[in-house]
Amino acid sequence: MAVVHSAPKFATNDGVADALTAALGTMLLSAHEAHGELILIVQRSSIEDGLRILRDDHEYQQLMEIAGVDYPERPERFEVVYMLLSVTRNHRLMVKVSTDEATPVPTVTGLWPVAGWLEREVFDLYGVLFAGNTDLRRILTDYGFEGHPFRKDFPLTGYQEVRYSEEEKRVVYEPVKLAQDFRSFDFMSPWEGADYVLPGDEKSQMPATPPVNDPKTTDKPSDTGAGAKTDAAAETKVSSGPPATNNNGSPAPGAPDETDGPAGTPSDKEDKA
Amino acid sequence: MSGLTFEESPTTGDDVIGNYTINFGPQHPAAHGVLRMVLELDGEIIERADCHVGLLHRGTEKLIEYKTYLQALPYFDRLDYCSPLAMEHSYVLAIEKLLNLEVPLRAQYLRVLFAELTRICNHMLNLGSHMMDVGAMTPNLWLFEIREDCLNFFERASGARMHSAYFRPGGVHQDVPLKLLVDMGEWLDKRMPELFEDAMSLVVDNRIFKQRNVDIAIATKEEALSWGFSGPMIRAAGIPWDLRKSQPYDVYALMDFDIPVGTNSDCYDRFMVRVEEVRQSMRIMKQCLRDIPDGPIASDDRKVVPPKRGEMKQSMESLIHHFKLYTEGFHVPAGEVYVATESPKGEFGVYLVSDGSNKPYRCKIRPTAFSHLQAMDFMAKGHMLPDVTAIIGAIDVVFGECDR
Repeated sequence: MAVVHSAPKFATNDGVADALTAALGTMLLSAHEAHGELILIVQRSSIEDGLRILRDDHEYQQLMEIAGVDYPERPERFEVVYMLLSVTRNHRLMVKVSTDEATPVPTVTGLWPVAGWLEREVFDLYGVLFAGNTDLRRILTDYGFEGHPFRKDFPLTGYQEVRYSEEEKRVVYEPVKLAQDFRSFDFMSPWEGADYVLPGDEKSQMPATPPVNDPKTTDKPSDTGAGAKTDAAAETKVSSGPPATNNNGSPAPGAPDETDGPAGTPSDKEDKA
Repeated sequence: MSGLTFEESPTTGDDVIGNYTINFGPQHPAAHGVLRMVLELDGEIIERADCHVGLLHRGTEKLIEYKTYLQALPYFDRLDYCSPLAMEHSYVLAIEKLLNLEVPLRAQYLRVLFAELTRICNHMLNLGSHMMDVGAMTPNLWLFEIREDCLNFFERASGARMHSAYFRPGGVHQDVPLKLLVDMGEWLDKRMPELFEDAMSLVVDNRIFKQRNVDIAIATKEEALSWGFSGPMIRAAGIPWDLRKSQPYDVYALMDFDIPVGTNSDCYDRFMVRVEEVRQSMRIMKQCLRDIPDGPIASDDRKVVPPKRGEMKQSMESLIHHFKLYTEGFHVPAGEVYVATESPKGEFGVYLVSDGSNKPYRCKIRPTAFSHLQAMDFMAKGHMLPDVTAIIGAIDVVFGECDR
């Protein structure tokens, strides 16, 4: 696909993936390129060695960012993404590892001191542990905050709210009280994105009828109810003739009186009264 | 110096004066926002600086996950509220990269023009407050006049002085009147250089200003690289690295401008790099005004860019597009990109993960100040307490961006 966007253009990815695949060897799980970005997925245990090779032998001098991403449906739900930049080769690279809540990722603070706060941030917001980071304190959330707010299962509104209490002359923490429930509109077409069963569609989800041990059969004609007796009963007319036609001019029973005169009929006056 | 003996320390014998720890901020005017620093002092010498950030954390990245791509755009104005359009720039380019969307040339010129105006606007605030932090009051007031002009230009283009929401995926929100471009050109020719050079003449060779800034917080090239420096901080360290030049976006490839670098990597160099950047920004703006072509200001891909109101009142198809784009929004193909632009403060990046729906799955914002502030500890070590304000001023930290 021809590149027509005007986003920053760095040096070409051609050949870089092959060179790095050879350099990283078994540390590398996969390498792919999409949307002009080269993404390497590396074994968690060898992230520090892998990044050291990239920094020292392949001129990726700068670690610009470490991003956490949460994919709750995966067995290892967190991805930690390292954005590398080479100022000499003018190239960018993303290196990823995946982990779960309990398994720590080796720290890279030994390679880049800037990783200290970046790892603290991922720890704070996602709860990813970094083995070897000596200063793994919370960084962005409040002092004494509980939970990891950027996980997908953490509600957007949170659990605690703060306000200044005029009576107690201090800031108080209270459970979140919403005047109106948080509403999330997905605007998805029900044929594309609905994760609920459409009305009427539930039958397609029902299990098939279980098989029966002795299937129902009709051995004798009398079992079916068919035969001469039934035929005779079918011959008998149950209808009471065609509907009555009433064209003789007399009003149908129950019809209201005609109101053709201006004075009206006595019954009219009664109605008005 | 031979023959001189230093005075004995007045501390006698067993009395040891321990280090003491003070809180700098979070309500300190020189902290440029809500920065709390725990400083361990030996007398007036800083032994250790522990920055506590996050007091302005608003969970922007989480909020963005619950908004459509267009609804998320105004959050970027509110990150670095001193250079709002530079924040939008990374975000719209990230979306366009995922969509592989072409932007008309006039829109690219307008974006570069206003991105550079943003840079001037940002540097006016930073240079002014840096000077004021080290004791110079007057130039700050003069620079605020320039900043006022810049904000007026933003207002005339977008209707808002600060939170413009002017850059949109596919182009810009609306075209600018010709009179605005004319006024901008006149301002660049006369008023702006006069005010700016006047203000600078008061400080750049000023003895007190130099005493407060030269040789403060030196970071070598190696340190600048390993601490993730970018923007004026890395250029002051002598590395000519500017994303506008090395990884050009929009029409920066067509612009002729120079990258100033420092020689000494101290606070004074950082200041002077910004001063020269303002002049280069003026050059870029003049080239934009000279070369800007006529034409559409946004992509005509109606699956991304909504039609204008006039068109919407005439055509049923436009009405449907308008309704769909402002309720459901557009869908972005699944994938992930990291797009970084040269914001006035350095590399401002957006790591955008899309799952193919109308909302970002994850939008990680790479702030510039976060990395720079982390280097505060080693930069401030061994300096005096008043130097801290100069260092913070030279970092150019804004907490809307740092804390997100």
